[in-house]
Amino acid sequence: MQQIINFLIRYKIFLLYLFLLLISCIFTFQSHSYHQSKFLNSSNYISGSIYTFSDNVTSYFGLREENNKLVEENKRLRDKLFNNVVLSPSLIDSTTIDYEVVRGRVINNSYADQRNYITINKGKNDSIVQDMGVITDKGILGIVENTSDKFSTVQSILSDKSNINAKIKNSNHFGSLVWENTTDYNVVQLIDIPRLVPLTIGDTIVTGAMSSIFPENIPIGTIKRFDLDNSKSFYFIDVELFNDMTNIGYIYIIRNLNRKEVLELEAETEAND
Amino acid sequence: MINSTSFLIVLRFILLVLLQVLVFNKLNFFGYINPMIYILFLYWYPIKQNRTTFIILCFFLGLCVDIFSDTLAINAATTVTIAYLRPTIMRFVFGVNYEFQSFKLNNSTKAQQFTFLALLIIIHHLAYFTLEIFSISNSLLILQKTLTVGVSTLILGILFSTLFSSKKE
Repeated sequence: MQQIINFLIRYKIFLLYLFLLLISCIFTFQSHSYHQSKFLNSSNYISGSIYTFSDNVTSYFGLREENNKLVEENKRLRDKLFNNVVLSPSLIDSTTIDYEVVRGRVINNSYADQRNYITINKGKNDSIVQDMGVITDKGILGIVENTSDKFSTVQSILSDKSNINAKIKNSNHFGSLVWENTTDYNVVQLIDIPRLVPLTIGDTIVTGAMSSIFPENIPIGTIKRFDLDNSKSFYFIDVELFNDMTNIGYIYIIRNLNRKEVLELEAETEAND
Repeated sequence: MINSTSFLIVLRFILLVLLQVLVFNKLNFFGYINPMIYILFLYWYPIKQNRTTFIILCFFLGLCVDIFSDTLAINAATTVTIAYLRPTIMRFVFGVNYEFQSFKLNNSTKAQQFTFLALLIIIHHLAYFTLEIFSISNSLLILQKTLTVGVSTLILGILFSTLFSSKKE
């Protein structure tokens, strides 16, 4: 007994080190495989407030550019509106819509890590919950991961955990959008597209219909380069993003009003198997 | 005396975390170079203090940076590692000298200070990128990131340490 206590006293620094290292390694490996820990992320109150403060200061420098982007988007939407000759009342009726959009702003952005997260200034108070889609005026950005009362963290598409259903525009061949070459933040990869699909460089990639997170046909990017993968039966496609991931200001968060129903139905079907 | 030292340490802790997350994490020089300047906390920390508190403080330093940058516990793990290894590194750099009561970081030569900081940075960055990338097939990427980010941290670290070196102490 005496010896055990002596041993503990002599190596207490080393044991403390091992203990702390173990704690941090557990956190690390958890975040590799599961959703992040609920409180220890940048959507908590303190870090959220600090990032909001910093964003309040820095956002003034980009106001003109943000304005231009918004005017550009307004123009695009107006083009669509005016060409849609009869504005059907069902577009306005709230009982028939499938998606609702919440406007938000990025207060912290990262794109140089392996798993990048974006912090936004909307949270539970605005009914943001996990697994809602986040887009910008140009294309998709990511999926909500954690929420606090006033803030949320978004798992960016620039993350090796990200996996989003995507397809080639005007066809129904779908694949998975992943980020494998994790050094280039303007290019993501589309995999699992069969080799019989005709492709050309410059084709547009949009979100697919298989996801209950994003609506169909949200733009993602264009094909930059494509090649067959190791199995020689699927393409490995480099997709250049429409979004400049280094410069993101205002964002839209998409709530799929049917998501609960879809998930319940799928769970029921699986349970019956 | 004790109070003023602890106050200085707490102030350094807060300022370095804020500086790291608000300025240097957003630098993205050449797309991915974000110097990890908060390591200077370990460089400046008094030598004669209790090692247990030092290691615990370093753990929380890493954890704070982790919470802000959503890299949960990678920074904490690596910072604890270099906090544990610091006496070994110091013995290697300064020889037995550093165990004397009169030893001060300012009294050592520039070359010794430089080596001390460089060793802290190399070990920290190597461990950090190994944990972050976590695959042997990407070991070239780990080395490349360690080297480039390490050099930028080193340059900034030397600048900061000369800028804020206290001649009075």
